[in-house]
Amino acid sequence: MQEFAQEFRDAFALILAGDAELLAIVLLSLRVSLFAVFFAAVIGMPLGAALAVGRFPGRGALVVLVNALMGLPPVVVGLLVYLMLSRSGPLGVLQLLYTPTAMIIAQVVLVTPIIAALSRQVIEMLDAEYAEQMRSLGLSRFATVPVLLWDGRIALLTALLAGFGRAIAEVGAVIIVGGNINHVTRVMTTTIALETSKGNLALALALGAVLIAIAVTVNALVSLLGQRAEVREAMRNA
Amino acid sequence: MRDLCNDTGVLIEATGLRLVRGTKHLLDIPHLRLGGPGPTVILGPNGAGKSLLLRCLHGLIRADAGQVRQDGIPLDGRQRMRQAMVFQRPVLLRRSVAANLDFVLRRQGLPRAVRRERIAELLETGGLSGRERQWARSLSGGEAQRLAILRALATEPDVLFLDEPTSALDPGATQAIEALVKQASAKGVRIVMVTHDIGQARRLARDVVVMIGGRIAEHGDALHVFDNATHGTVRRFLAGDLIF
Repeated sequence: MQEFAQEFRDAFALILAGDAELLAIVLLSLRVSLFAVFFAAVIGMPLGAALAVGRFPGRGALVVLVNALMGLPPVVVGLLVYLMLSRSGPLGVLQLLYTPTAMIIAQVVLVTPIIAALSRQVIEMLDAEYAEQMRSLGLSRFATVPVLLWDGRIALLTALLAGFGRAIAEVGAVIIVGGNINHVTRVMTTTIALETSKGNLALALALGAVLIAIAVTVNALVSLLGQRAEVREAMRNA
Repeated sequence: MRDLCNDTGVLIEATGLRLVRGTKHLLDIPHLRLGGPGPTVILGPNGAGKSLLLRCLHGLIRADAGQVRQDGIPLDGRQRMRQAMVFQRPVLLRRSVAANLDFVLRRQGLPRAVRRERIAELLETGGLSGRERQWARSLSGGEAQRLAILRALATEPDVLFLDEPTSALDPGATQAIEALVKQASAKGVRIVMVTHDIGQARRLARDVVVMIGGRIAEHGDALHVFDNATHGTVRRFLAGDLIF
C-alpha cells in the first residue's frame, strides 16, 4: 500500500515538474488526435450532410453502415491499416508504418464514422424543421446545407469533441500501426500500457491523470455546450 | 357584392388541382381564381385541405394533377420568388433577431449599410425595435411570429401566404399580427391567409374561401359568404357548429 502511495506521489511530482518525457508524450498524443479529428471532420461532416439532405438510392443502407461503423473495434482497424501500410501492402511504398502519420490514419478511420453519424443526425433534425422555410425563401437543397451547418454548429462541435474523446483514449489501433517507439510514436495510452507492464507505475499514473483531465475537460465542454443550447431552447419555449 | 375578379394586383389561379394519397382525395379543386387586392382568407375545419392548398399555391407541394398560374404564368422558380410564406409555427434561424432579417436581405445583394437601415425599419414596423441582438429563438410566440412575418416581408413579396399564423397566440399577440398583416395589405402585398378562426376571417378578409373535405365549398366576397352561404355544412361551420 505504501508503495502505491509512493507511486502516486512520484506521478504528481512528474506532472508538477513538467517532466520533459511526459510532456513530449502528451504533446504527441494531442497532435495525433487533433490532426485525426481535423481530417475526420473534413470527411465526416460533408458525408453526414450528404446523408442528411441527399436523396439517392442506397442512402438508407449507407446510414445503417455509417452508424454501425461507429462501433468499429480499434484493434481490427489497426490491423487493416497495418496491412495497407505494411511493406507488401498497397500503400507500403509510402513507408508510413510506425510513424505518427500511420497513427493519424488509423484514428481517422475510427473517428470519421462517429463524426459522420452524429453530424447526419444533427443536420437531419434541423433540416426537418428548416426545409420548407428554406424552400419558401428560394434556397435549393444544396444551398440549404451551409445554413444547416452553421445553425447546427453547437451540436456539430459536440460531435467533434465526441470524436476527439474517442481518438485520444484509443490504444488498440495506434499501438499496432505506431509500434509504440520511444520518442517517435509513443502516445499516452500506449505508454500507459507499456509502463504498467514494466512496473513503472509513476509515469503510467501521471499520464493516466493527464488523460483523465483531458477526457473530463472534453466531456465538460460537450455538456456545457449542450446546456447552452438547452437553455436557449427552454427560453424559446417559455 | 364587391368585384373579386378585378385584375388589380396579383392574379393567382389554380386549375384541375388534385392531390390523392391512397384512396383519399386530399385536394380536388377544379378551378380557383384569387384576383383583386385581397386579403383572401381560407377557412375550414381541420383536415379540410387549407394548408395543402396554400402549399400548392406557393409551390412547396407538387399536386398530382393540375396547374397553378400567377398572372397567367405557370408557377416556376421566378414566379415563386415573388411570393413568401409564413408558417403556423415560426421557423426562426438559430441566430439573432437582426441576423434572421439579414439572412434574406443578403440574398438580395444589398450593401451592409442599406441592410442595417432596412433591418431597423422592419423591426420598427413589427414593434421589435431595440431587439436586434436578442437570440431570435428566445422571443415569445407572438414576437417570433412577427419576426417571421417581417422576414417574409423583407423579401418584398407581391404575395404573402400565411398558414394559421395566430393559432397558438393570445388575443394581444393576435391583434399585433393582424395589424402587421393589414399594414402589408395596405401597402399592396397580396395576402392569402389560412385560419380556422371565423372571427379573424371577419376582421381581415375581403374575400373568403371555405374548404370542406379537400374541396372548395364556398368562395366569394367575405360579407356575402358570411351572410348568404348556400352550402349547408359551411352555414353550420360559420354558425360555430363543430364540423369534423
